[in-house]
Parts: sequence; C-alpha cells; structure tokens
Amino acid sequence: MRAPVSWIREYADLPAEATSEEIARRLTALGLKLEALEVGGADITGPLVVGRVLTKEPELQKNGKTINWCTVDVGPDLNAANGTGEADQGVGIVCGAHNFEVGDLVVVVLPGGVLPGGFAISARKTYGHISAGMICSARELGLGEDHDGIIVLPADAGEPGDDAFDVLGLREDVIEMEINPDRAYALSLRGVAREAATAFGVGFTDPVDRPVPPADDAGHPVVVDDPEGCPVFVARLVEGFDPTAPTPDWMARRIVQAGMRPISLAVDVTNYVMLETGRPIHGYDADKVRGALRIRRAEEGERLTTLDGTERVLSAEDLLVTDDSGPIGLGGVMGGETTEMSSTTTRVLVEAAHWDPVSMFRTGRRHRITSEAGKRNERGADPATCEAAADRVVELLTAHGGGTAAPGTTVVGAPPARRVVRMAADLPARVTGMAIDEATTVAHLEAVGCLVERDGADLVATVPLWRPDLTDPFDLVEEVARLVGYDRVPAVLPRPVGGRGLTRPQQLRRRVGRLLAGAGLVEVVSMPFVGDGDLDALEIAPDDPRRRWVPLANPLSTEQPGYTATLLPGILRAAARNVGRGADGVAIFETATVAFAPEDGLEAPIYGVDDRPTPAELATLEAALPRQPQHLAVVLAGPREQPGWYGPGRDADWADAIDVVRRLADDLHVELEVAAAQVAPWHPGRCAELRVGDTVLGHAGELHPRVCAALDLPRRTAVVEVDLDALLAAAPEVVVGPSLSSYPVAKEDVALVVPAEVPAAAVERALRDGAGDLLESVRLFDVYAGEQVAEGHRSLAFALRLRAPDRTLTDEEAAAARDAAVARAAELYGAHQRS
Amino acid sequence: MSGPNTEYDPVEVTPLKAEQVAAMRDEALAAIAAAADLEQLKQVRLDHAGDRSPLALANREIGALPPQARKEAGQRVGQARGAVAKALAERTEVLEAEHEARMLVEETVDVTLPTARSRRGARHPLTTGAEKIADVFVAMGWEVAEGPVVEAEWLNFDALNLGPDHPARTMQDTFWTEPADNHVVLRTHTSPVQARTMLTREPPFYVVCPGRVFRTDEYDATHSPMFHQVEGLAIDEGITMAHLKGTLDHFAARMFGEGITTRFRPSYFPFTEPSAEVDLVCFVCRGAGGDEDGTTCRTCRGEGWIEWGGCGVVNPRVLRACGVDADRFTGFAFGMGIDRTLMFRHGIEDLRYMFEGDQRFATTFGSDL
Repeated sequence: MRAPVSWIREYADLPAEATSEEIARRLTALGLKLEALEVGGADITGPLVVGRVLTKEPELQKNGKTINWCTVDVGPDLNAANGTGEADQGVGIVCGAHNFEVGDLVVVVLPGGVLPGGFAISARKTYGHISAGMICSARELGLGEDHDGIIVLPADAGEPGDDAFDVLGLREDVIEMEINPDRAYALSLRGVAREAATAFGVGFTDPVDRPVPPADDAGHPVVVDDPEGCPVFVARLVEGFDPTAPTPDWMARRIVQAGMRPISLAVDVTNYVMLETGRPIHGYDADKVRGALRIRRAEEGERLTTLDGTERVLSAEDLLVTDDSGPIGLGGVMGGETTEMSSTTTRVLVEAAHWDPVSMFRTGRRHRITSEAGKRNERGADPATCEAAADRVVELLTAHGGGTAAPGTTVVGAPPARRVVRMAADLPARVTGMAIDEATTVAHLEAVGCLVERDGADLVATVPLWRPDLTDPFDLVEEVARLVGYDRVPAVLPRPVGGRGLTRPQQLRRRVGRLLAGAGLVEVVSMPFVGDGDLDALEIAPDDPRRRWVPLANPLSTEQPGYTATLLPGILRAAARNVGRGADGVAIFETATVAFAPEDGLEAPIYGVDDRPTPAELATLEAALPRQPQHLAVVLAGPREQPGWYGPGRDADWADAIDVVRRLADDLHVELEVAAAQVAPWHPGRCAELRVGDTVLGHAGELHPRVCAALDLPRRTAVVEVDLDALLAAAPEVVVGPSLSSYPVAKEDVALVVPAEVPAAAVERALRDGAGDLLESVRLFDVYAGEQVAEGHRSLAFALRLRAPDRTLTDEEAAAARDAAVARAAELYGAHQRS
Repeated sequence: MSGPNTEYDPVEVTPLKAEQVAAMRDEALAAIAAAADLEQLKQVRLDHAGDRSPLALANREIGALPPQARKEAGQRVGQARGAVAKALAERTEVLEAEHEARMLVEETVDVTLPTARSRRGARHPLTTGAEKIADVFVAMGWEVAEGPVVEAEWLNFDALNLGPDHPARTMQDTFWTEPADNHVVLRTHTSPVQARTMLTREPPFYVVCPGRVFRTDEYDATHSPMFHQVEGLAIDEGITMAHLKGTLDHFAARMFGEGITTRFRPSYFPFTEPSAEVDLVCFVCRGAGGDEDGTTCRTCRGEGWIEWGGCGVVNPRVLRACGVDADRFTGFAFGMGIDRTLMFRHGIEDLRYMFEGDQRFATTFGSDL
C-alpha cells in the first residue's frame, strides 16, 4: 500500500511538525511496516518554476512538424539569468506541444535542472533557435501519462517564477507499506489514516462517514440470487457524463502516487474512491447494460470475456454479474468486455458491492487474476461502506465530468451484524507478560473501533465491520499489545525442565560428518530435484527403486519434476561442477533425505482442526507418506594424495570409496560386509555391495566408464551411496572395553594360493575362524598372481598376530594356531600354502 | 692363547723392553689420533688393540717371562694397553660427536616445504550452523525435533490454522506432489515438525526444529526453491510473549555476541497470535547504522537492524488442532532462515554458493563455524 502523506493528513489530525519519517516509524510500530519512504521530487532538480507564455509563434519545419517558438516569463530574476538579460523579457523556449495559448501558466524547467531519469537540461540550439529550457509535460515530471501535451496550470496557480514543486505537489512524500493479509482495512487511506491517528493519539475523520440518499426502488433494478456470495449490492447511475472530461491533476497525481495508473476520469474516480475507502467499485457503461443486473453463481463451463480480452471458462463456484444478455462480469474480480466504459460512455452505472472473500480468493486463483480490487475483496473489505463509496463516486463523477446523479438508489441486502468476541479481561496481561490493566485494554480496543462492555470477569467486544480478522480472544490481545507497544514486552528467559539432549541419531550424524571431514571430504548440499533424464544418464534400470522419485505437480523445471530417491544425480552434478571450475581433485560428501514414492501412489488424508486426530488417524497419515531415509553419498575423483616433493601422489579409486564406509563402520563398531555386486551406475567389476547382516546399506566403487564420460567426470571417479539411517541404527550404543595383554606378540605370515575367484574377504574370514581365540589381528599385505602360482589362482599373503592374555606363547602354540587357520582356509577354499 | 711356558728359559727370551713397549704404545696413540672417522678408528682399534696387535702379542709374551720379570713387564704392557684403550674411547667419543653433528647437518630439511599430502575436508556451514543453533537451545534444556520433508498437507497447513482458503497458502508458493489433490506437499516451513511434536508428546516441551524447506521461488542470489529454517516451540503453563522475547534475546546474544538483542514489530502469521517480526540489532555497527566517518553499514544497510524472522504466541486454534489443552497451556513459536542468518553473519554474498557444491565454499569454513 502506498499512501501519500497529504492524503493521510486529510483524515488524521496529525501534528504539523510530524515528519514523514516519524509517521512511517509509528505506523511500522503498529504493524504497517515501512517498505520505502518516497521523498517527493527527489528525482527532480530545479529550477522548476511557473511560467507565463508571452508569445507563441508556430513554425513549420522541414520534417513536416510544426513547433512553437515561445517566450515565457519565468519571473524577473530567472528572465535575466536565462533570457536576453532583461528582467522584463521572457526566455525563449522551443515547444513541440500545442495545447496552450499565450497567457497560460505552464511549468518550465530551466538550464541546470534535471528531470526524472537523469535528463539534464541545458540551453541548446534546436530548430534554429536557442531554447533556454523546456515546458514540461506530466510524463516528463513523472506525474503520470500525458493527456494531450504539456501541463497547463489553472490561472490562479501562481505567479511566474514561483517554485513549481509546491504548485504541482511534487514535494509530496509517499509512505509505502507492507500490509499483512489480516489487515485488509489498511489497503485504504481510510485505514492507514485511522492507524496514524491512533499512533499519534489525534482525531480521525472517517471518509465514509457521509450522508447518503436513502435506498428506493427508482434505481437500476438488481436481483441478488446468491446473498451469501454477495451480501450487499449498491447501484447508482450518473447521466450526461462528459467522457472527454480530464481527470483533475490532483486526482491523477494521487492515483500515480498510490501506485496505479490514471486511465480516464470515470475509471480514475472508481480507483480513487477505492483507494480512499477500501471499497472496490465497478463502473458499467449503462447504455450497454440490458435490463436488470442479476448476481448468481456461474454454470459450469459458462463463458465470459473479461475486460482484459480473455475468454474465461467459468466454474460453478464463480460469482457472476449478469444482465439480459448473459454474464457481464466476474463479480468483484473483473468486469466483462461487453459493458466496459469507453471514450463514448455518457451514462455510468456505479456498482459498489460486498462479495464473499473466500469466493473472491478462489475465483482469483482459479482464473489467475490479480487486481487491486480483487486483493481488497478477497481479504475482506468493510461491508458497511458500499452506499457511502457509491455516493462518493457519484459526487466525484458529476463534479469533474458534468452530468447529474440520476434519481434512485438501489441497495440490495445489508451489512451483517457486528461480531462479538468475548475475552477474559486479564488475557492481554497473561499472554503478553506486560502489565496491562483493564482500563488500558478497553481504551485500546475502543481505539481500533470496538464497542466494549464488561461482563463478569470478561470483556465483551463488538468488533467493527472493517476488522473481519478479529474473531478470537487472542486477536484482541494482539490489538491491545501492539497499541501498548511491542517494544515494551519484557525479556524473561523461561526455565524448561531438563531436556534429554541430542538424540542418538543426531549425535551419530554429527560424528559421521566430523569423521568424513577428517578424512578430507568436503560436505556439499545439493538441490534434491530429479528427473528420468538424470537416472538415464546413470543407466539406472527402469524397475530400480531409485526410479521411484516423488513427482511434483508444479515443478520449477520439466527436466527435474520430482523429489529424488537417490543422492547420486545431485552430488555428481556438484562433482562435475568442481571439475568444470578447474578443481584438480574432487572429494565431497552429502547427507540428505531421499524419498521413495509408494507404488500405490501418494494420498494423505485431511482431518478437521477442532480436535487432535485419533492415534489411528495419525497412523494412517504417517503411512500415507513416502519412506524418507537419510542417505550418505560420496564422490572421489583425481588425486586422493597429491603429488609433491615427497612422491608422485595417488589417484582415488574404487578402494577409497569402499574405505570411506569401512572407516565409518569401524568407528561406529558396525560389522560391515563387503561383497562384489553389479549395480548401475558402478563399474560392473569394481562395485561393492555394503551390508550389515541382511541389510544392504548401499554400494561403493568406481563409476562405469560410460557414466563418467556422460557426466564429464574423470575416469575412475569413485562413488558411494548408502542408507545412513540403516548404518547408524546398526551402531551399538555401548562398546565393551578391551582387555589388553602385555605378553609379547607372535607374528606368523602365511601366503595362501587360492582360485582367483575366491574373494580375499572370504579367505580372511576363514583364517579368523580357524585361528581361534589367540588371533589378535589379521592383515592382507600382498596379492600375487603370475608365473609362480598356478593359472587361475593367486597368492594372498596375510600377516597374523597372535597373543595370549595370560602367558607368552610358545613357538609351538603360535604355529599350531597358524596351521589351524590355514587348515580352515584349505577346507573351505582349497587354499594351500605357497612354498 | 698359550699357557705359561714352564720350560721356557727366561734368559733366552727377548725381554719386553720398556722402549719397545713405549714405541708400540706411541705408535697406537698416534694412529688413534690420526683416525679421521669412526671407520678408520675401527681399523686402528683392530691394528693396535685387537687380538693380533703388537701390545696384545706382547701381553701374551708376559707369561713366558721369568717370574721375576713378569711383574714389571705386566705393569709396563698393562699401562700401555690402558693408555691405548683410553685414547680409543676418547677418540671414539670425539668422532661419534663429530659424526652426529655432521649427520644432523646433512639431515637438515626445509621445514617450510608444504606438508599437506591430501586436502583438508570440511563440513557445510548449513550443517554446522544448524548444529550451532541447536547447541544454543540444548544448553537451555531444549530438544531438537525432526520430521519428514515430503509432508502431509494437513500437518503443513490445516493443523497450523492455514485453512484451504487461507491467503497464506498461495503466498507460500507450495510445491504440491502429483497428483495435485493428494494432499501431500514438500513442507513449506518446519512448522509441521512443531505440529508433530504437539501431536505426539505431552506438554511441557521446548523444541527447536531445523531443516530444509521448499517454496516455488526461482533460483537467484537471494532466493532458492530450497532453503533452511529453524523454528522453535515452547509449550508450558504460563508461557508469555516475555518468555519469547527473553529466549530470542538470549539466542541473538549467543549467535552474534553479548549485547545483541532483538525487537518485535506487529505482524501476521496464521499459527501465532499475537504475531511479530523479529529484528536483530546489527551485530556489525551495533545499531548505529554506520561508523564514525559516516560510512553506511553494509550489513544492515544503515538501518541498524536486520530482519531476522517471525514469531508469536501459539494460536490456541493450533493448540486445539494438535490436542494441547489450550486452557491450561500457552506457548510461543519462532522461526528464521538458517541460510539467511549465515549469509549476514558471514557476509556470504550469493545464496547459490550454498547449493552449488563448489568445494571451495565449505572449505572456507572448515569443520565448524
């Protein structure tokens, strides 16, 4: 909402010394938040003065255009400075407009002045004359559109040389405020001025408080079929209106200042009255209206061309204004084309009607229409203003466009009764924590327009019709609190009873993040939007669960129309971006929620809001939502260890990917099993399935070379995606402490030849199994395949460390444990010791 | 080694003359002194103190001497060998010291060489920021609540007093899941987590809910379809706006420094009544709007205040929908953007930095904020 300060002052008796800043500050404190304070004329530099045209000689130019060579009296001082040097001779100015005569008062900007847009004025030679300035139009001064040329001031506007800023109202400040949706009343000067008067504790004159002619049957006939949709409909008629009459400058200026565009007198008057009262008005060309106006709901599929030229297919919920010809307007939202006012309209039928806000909201949304009128109607205008607003329109139309008010005032329906809200008298104090006594409460409620009575321990407030938002006791508390002043709320720290701290998963997630960062990985956060194209690039199979992303009805991008079920597309995009930006290595991780759409589709229930849903209802709601685990993804590409003075460095590969998860699992005391797998987008020979017991956590390994190429990633890019929730769930809460033997360790190395397809992890498990309790650790330290072992076999060399808790192991004991371990491997996998 | 030669005739053997022994000794001492390094000294030791060295041989001869000559010869040879051993030990010590000194010089490195062989990791400031915030509240006895991102419409809107025709529903530009009338959305705020808390726990409770939220904003330097919020909810007997103010002032001071407080401006949120916008005293200019030279503060653009979030007293309608006894309990709620808070706290100029995954971004911050 943009409110010119002079307009506010028209209704609020603000002290003359109150600055615009102060007014804006106090309105902000009441909840009408200052967005911008526009200081009038800030974009214009003078000299900008009143001038009187002394001579005007039309001169035909070669280009076929006629210009006027004028001399203009701009007052003795400026004449002397800019003209011939003589105080009594005007300055010479070339003017292209023709809508003025000798003797008219005009607005002149002189050399040195700057107009909006940084347009600097200087004396310059044009059309064979030295033009020492410019005669201004409204558009050049940012005052709106031109009607037909330059501004011609009224004869009593001032004397030559007078400062034109004041004459034009250019120094007018405008306060632009953000109006919250509950404060529809503040979308009018009436509402803003009321708040300003309250803020300063001064008098307020209500612009709708005016005598109106009584309703009668002589006006234009109106039938309201749907009084719920249209509780009040007022119609007035103006006849003999001059459609060519211009909008008075002051009105056009205020319309511009309020952020709208002057169009024609008839339209401008309806907008002006809307800005003034908050009541949207519609004007019809009465000559185009056929018979009685009828207000009804549309029939499904009925059509109407609105005055923006769009043909709209209507819904049965839309409210219509119709006449004998059919629909002529989308009630309260937008008028129809057939009865639109035009440059030949001489009979104006004025509609001031109150419409059901919910219908307005739905119709506006359905047809995607946003308008100043719609904004006010859907938030709830004051239903009691219809008659006064219509009368004000008639007054302004006849005052500035001639014509007369036709007899007859049609009023259908009546404003509803005022709502009564009951509130415990001490509620404001109890809710705000401020010491607010009852007298203060009553005074503030009255200040916002309530009638207040005491009833036992309660206050009974009859709320004004312009405040449809005041329905509950707590709404009244807010009114009292904001008038007392939010800045007076004291600060008191509440004392919760001991909390339980972070949950175990919350703690573990922090731990995981720190471990990964400690391992040299950088965390990223990606957009979770995905589309089939992303998954196609990863060669993910059509029946893969990662295809079950949650589809969005209104995605921002058609390529990524869903919420993802895998982190890979997002983190791989980030990896490629790093590579593209010249990173010589990528080591990133992401933990985020993914969602798997249920196969039978998504559909959640809607419950009432008067009471808590039953546990069964809540369970139903929970079951309707997709499964949304937290996943962890990792991408490693390029140097894992950088080359340097110490050596050549080392590029990341499949092993680094698996190791990331192995280390997490070790730290969390989760027994991770690793097995070969073939899953997209991984390299079929370099992909591991990661399991805890029977639960598959996910996969790790190298990307398929085709995928690397498709995504512009380096060869051998290594990738992980696991279900982090599942990993964390497997972590034991309490770890049993070790018993540390101080006896010496016995070291036994064995090299086992096994068929090449036997996984190293299996052989290691067999060794552990066979070695028994004396085994402290086993570590694979070499893998050999070649001449010295049989074709199709390889040699795996393990270092066993054996130790007893209570004695030094003899050589025989150590050898026996080693032999038992080897025997187990031989039994399970045909392993034999390499000689 | 030969035993005493009892048949030996001392008269016939060469006596161990003093000059000879002294010559052997002096020769050894000279060789020891001449040894330039431990390697040479090792040879000198073999030559002059080894089993086959002249003094060792001479010593062996002593037994063959007549008894009357043995004592003197023994003394003479013993002293010579002692002198040689002593000289060897001293020389060894000197040469070892020299050797060590030389080795230390030779092993000297340029300690200014780069030491990192792998790059440093980092956590994302959105993660560490949310943790920092959580820690402020956990320290006050609050708990951290979480909930799903793909959320039921009823929890995201209806339960929070945002009815089907509430203007705020379009204001928030919701992502709806397909099919459009299935009542499932990407949560537009973390408030459904508050609703879930009320629905599943008995008051009193004090929870903060950090998390990602979604609105259909186009992606630019200050807008994103995904961003992060932290909301707080306190439900207890006798809770007032004063407790809200106290909590937010404390939060502000912990996040931005002692003396940084908040102010309230009347506002509107369906889930709170009364509602307020929260402004933060600019932590850079501390409310002055600029410095003494008249330079406008860049963080608050000269306002002295920074818009931080929204808050209010929980609307009793929300309490009722979530099954909290609204006659017995009152509550307050607040919410702010984590992304935005970090942007002004750390002078981050483009919101997109948060979501691009450029390693340089998070690395700037390290493993904590």
